[in-house]
Amino acid sequence: MKNINEIRADFPILSRKVNNDMPLVYFDNGATTQKPKCVIDTVSEVYATYNANIHRGVHFLSDMSSEAYENAREKIRSFINAGKKEEVVFTSGTTGSINGLAFSFGERFIKPGDEIIISYLEHHANIVPWQMMCERKGAILRVIPINDAGEIIMAEYLRMLSPKTRLVSVTQVSNVLGTVLPLNEIIAAAHSVNVPVLVDGAQGIQHGIVDVKAMDCDFYVFSGHKIYGPAGIGVLYGKENLLSELPPFQGGGDMVEKVTFEKTTYNVLPFKFEAGTMNYPGAIGLMSALDYISSLGREEIAERENELLSYATERLSAIEGLKIYGNATRKISLISFLLKGIHQYDAGMILDKLGIAVRTGTHCAQPVMDRYGISGTIRASICFYNTKEEIDILTSGIEKVKQMLE
Amino acid sequence: MTINEVQDKIIDEFSMFDDWMDKYSLLIDLGKELPVIDPKFKTKDFLIEGCQSKVWLHPYYDGNKITFTADSDAIITRGIVGLLIKVLSDRTPEEILSADLYFIEKIGLRQNLSPTRSNGLLSMVRQIKLYAMAYDAIKNNL
Repeated sequence: MKNINEIRADFPILSRKVNNDMPLVYFDNGATTQKPKCVIDTVSEVYATYNANIHRGVHFLSDMSSEAYENAREKIRSFINAGKKEEVVFTSGTTGSINGLAFSFGERFIKPGDEIIISYLEHHANIVPWQMMCERKGAILRVIPINDAGEIIMAEYLRMLSPKTRLVSVTQVSNVLGTVLPLNEIIAAAHSVNVPVLVDGAQGIQHGIVDVKAMDCDFYVFSGHKIYGPAGIGVLYGKENLLSELPPFQGGGDMVEKVTFEKTTYNVLPFKFEAGTMNYPGAIGLMSALDYISSLGREEIAERENELLSYATERLSAIEGLKIYGNATRKISLISFLLKGIHQYDAGMILDKLGIAVRTGTHCAQPVMDRYGISGTIRASICFYNTKEEIDILTSGIEKVKQMLE
Repeated sequence: MTINEVQDKIIDEFSMFDDWMDKYSLLIDLGKELPVIDPKFKTKDFLIEGCQSKVWLHPYYDGNKITFTADSDAIITRGIVGLLIKVLSDRTPEEILSADLYFIEKIGLRQNLSPTRSNGLLSMVRQIKLYAMAYDAIKNNL
């Protein structure tokens, strides 16, 4: 693996200053990751040298961009080890993927009284689309509870699975607590009663190897911008037999086979789900991001991030009055915490002035906050380009916050 | 003092500090001087939406002037709402409605608060002006 200085040099933004000449210390990677130069260059190259709408023109440039877009699809297929390219659908992101799927799945499979299971650890993108679908179809949303450490209670989940269950949709990693969910057990249990499982990989795919075949999930979704790619591009992976049965969630150009005013027949997979002009520069940029990640090594990334998380946990735990939320046995990538007697917003404002970017608030996951009876947390989310020195800066920043506000 | 005299005084106070840490310390101190809302008004009715922290604002109208009391669960926000109250409390509805709040820009509050935070501040200003508008309407109907 490259050394840390070489890695940081790949990300132009990391050398910039913020707020009166403070070096940027970026710990908001859970919200979005920064982009390596290769991704920025790739997107720029698309627009500068071969921009044309995909799958439409007979001309030279359209061929080029269509080919690059389909290469991106193949790259994603191999990155998540899907069986076929047809199983990889481009979307606008995790939220777009889940909303689309919730609509199509609801139309095809859901009757009144049916049940969908999610967990207490979901962010709003894996709650609200299901609520909307349940409302539309008269279905019921069931929620797997968590324990104080922030782990889902498996016994409760197993009790919830019933002949009424139509789908289980859970996150791979909690965006608030860092909990890694026991997906193998969750999926095996659901499959034993013939229920498909969607895995929300928004906080998972960037931190290690994802193999949808080995995991045997039925759907897997993620966002490009959280794995060092451009914003506005995401992926919906689905097993071919399931995707084939689902109706499209949007109508428009490219998703059709034949259109008359009497009847329209739909294109084959994956194009059936890609209506209108897709974000092809985003998809091509995402391919470049995945190439970059692969070149660093996904196991190496996971190892480095775990080392940083251990160090951050050790340093932050030593601060008096600091309480960490989420102490799951299997935890990665982030620390959510509060300081005794200090509002997370005040802390975030002062850290910001010190050049430290953290997220404060509910992290689009209000039910988790309610579970702990708090109004929000301060979240430091870590990735491989962070350093121990930055964790030291965060630690002294927190001490400064305490000094100013206590 | 007129609204603009109070604004100028605040601008002077803040201009003594270049460093944002010192400005925050000043805001924190200002928060401590905030005329605190009666706990019985810390309800949903007086909660201002659109802030990352909770802000309660209560108006009292004596037929001539509006007096505001407030509170927040975040200290820096208490300072910000405290500043608004310094400028806009104990004023007639007309004074509040015609006020041009240039101090926000001048002391760097707007640029230095991110959009969501800034919305919090703007929500507070909007709520104060809405109260003034309501009391102005009541007064003119009488």
